[in-house]
Amino acid sequence: MTALLEVSHVSKHFVTGGRLSRSHIDAVVDANLSLSSDASEIFTIIGESGSGKTTLARMILGLEHPTSGDIRFEGKRNAERRTRAARRDFYRRVQPIFQNPFETFNPLKRVDRYLHASARTLFGARTASEAESVIDGALHKVGLSLREVAGRYAHELSGGQLQRVAIARALIPNPSLLIADEPVSMVDASLRMSIVTLLRDLRDEFGVSVIYITHDLATAYYISDRLVIMQKGYVVEMGPARPILDAPEHPYSRLLKDSVLSITDAGTDGLVSADRSESAAAWERVGTATLQEREDGRFVRL
Amino acid sequence: MTENVLTVTSLKAYYRMSYFGVDREVRAVDDVTLSVRKNEVYGIAGESSSGKTTLIKTFASAIRPPLKIVGGSMTYHFENGDIDPYAAPQAKVDALRWSHLSYIMQGSMSLLNPVRRVRRTFEDFAFRPMGLPRSEFWGRVESHLQRLDLSPNVLSAYPHQLSGGMRQRVTIALATVCQPEFVIADEPTTALDVVVQKDVLAMIRDVQRQMGSSVVFVTHDMSVHANIADRIGIMYAGRLVEEGPTRTLLAAPRHPYTAHLVASLPRIGDTTPKVALEGRPPNLAEPPTGCRFHPRCPLAIEKCTTDVPPLEPVGLDHRSACWRSAEVRPLTRIGHQELEVAG
Repeated sequence: MTALLEVSHVSKHFVTGGRLSRSHIDAVVDANLSLSSDASEIFTIIGESGSGKTTLARMILGLEHPTSGDIRFEGKRNAERRTRAARRDFYRRVQPIFQNPFETFNPLKRVDRYLHASARTLFGARTASEAESVIDGALHKVGLSLREVAGRYAHELSGGQLQRVAIARALIPNPSLLIADEPVSMVDASLRMSIVTLLRDLRDEFGVSVIYITHDLATAYYISDRLVIMQKGYVVEMGPARPILDAPEHPYSRLLKDSVLSITDAGTDGLVSADRSESAAAWERVGTATLQEREDGRFVRL
Repeated sequence: MTENVLTVTSLKAYYRMSYFGVDREVRAVDDVTLSVRKNEVYGIAGESSSGKTTLIKTFASAIRPPLKIVGGSMTYHFENGDIDPYAAPQAKVDALRWSHLSYIMQGSMSLLNPVRRVRRTFEDFAFRPMGLPRSEFWGRVESHLQRLDLSPNVLSAYPHQLSGGMRQRVTIALATVCQPEFVIADEPTTALDVVVQKDVLAMIRDVQRQMGSSVVFVTHDMSVHANIADRIGIMYAGRLVEEGPTRTLLAAPRHPYTAHLVASLPRIGDTTPKVALEGRPPNLAEPPTGCRFHPRCPLAIEKCTTDVPPLEPVGLDHRSACWRSAEVRPLTRIGHQELEVAG
């Protein structure tokens, strides 16, 4: 197995405040994961805000340097990419998709300008017609076409369409890894599934691996192959997605699952605050607990 | 027959603009008829740009140009008499605010003034409407905060010192401290994490039950509605397309849009493929003729393109605006238990 991405023993420590009000935050503690380049997959990172999921993604993207540990993409660390050309080559292979499509695009720019810029710099298109054919190809992968998008401003497209354009932009250099940080949390519920299904189709048809960051367990269940659940920087449960979400073992994972609202609860009057005591107790022990392997391939921090 | 708190009859609220001599009219709320009963949670669901925010703005009588009420009427039936906020004198409408009619807003971060302590915000909003002496007022505020599981210490905190869930609870406390009869909640939980979201929803539900007030709850998330609402109204392109008791509406929708909305939700333990709805919500400046859903509707027939379907009863307490409502089938089955569907 050749590794596409290897994250080994990565920690990130932030220091904030001045001399008198200094506080230390362990955003990510000893995270390990790896993605194989042989089979594309959707790898989901689940956690609440403050769980370190975005910090982990930023480190993979090279926007943040780990305090300790190693992140290797195709065998090379980000710190080793010193030249501009090396970094550009990296971003041809790894592309981000952000949370809010309305903030991703400048409202005063036509959205196709972003597509053209990506086609020129990342794909390396030399002529306008070459760029256009590349853009059209990428837009077709997400179910749009250049004709629909050309000359439009961000406010003229719906949230779902705009997020598709953002994904198409990321697809222009034919990356092998997409990092999607809560790509559907700002999109309407009815359009959410079309974006999620699109990520799955990209995996199945074009062999793109996706790191899908979310706090929505239902969409994670629907598309992911493997997942990690993070609690305040610690990976508490990791492994195959559906077995874990069907029967979460760590108290924090159970708390998350119990808090998911479902339409099947209609009329059951089940709206009671979830019990946090077990999860809090597990958090007390998190420093001494170790990840233990289970028969079905999952790891649980106990 | 249960009593109504709010009756809305064929309400029309349009945005009217005139730029460079060109008149534009956006029909954000078009011909909406509904009533909200005493002591119930009425959920309003719909995509963005379906007019749900405009609808609650008109409920709160918080409309400003270019938004205009073009037709219809709206009457509140409060304990101290009926009032139509658009016909009554301004002073009377102002007196309603907060003591009878209040508002839990979206984005608690931007609601609370960052440079004033929470105590000052409470004073600004609630002191005058409550009309109590100072010591008694703070006693009431503190006991109300305790009901929401907040310590009185939050009063001396600045908003940034509180977590997102606490801030949201502070805004709920703020909106409910005067025991209003009618509360409008505009996506109060969208920015919250799953665990906190459930807490906050449970809290809204508890406070509503204790006070016996009516809540209009707006969100696009059907799973939230399923858990908190007694009745749900579905908005599409400025119109109310279906309305019914929560369970009936989810289990046996009678409008194709609702059927799709329910079926498109992913659930843990459910791996069946989900069909997303084709197309995009219509532009409200030039809505489609006839039924506004017809360009995206799988059941559309000739009639749908020309005639507007009226919102008509299709079952007990259940109304739908569809020419073929009898043929709508649920696209997904919810729950294993037998659902008693009113027919």
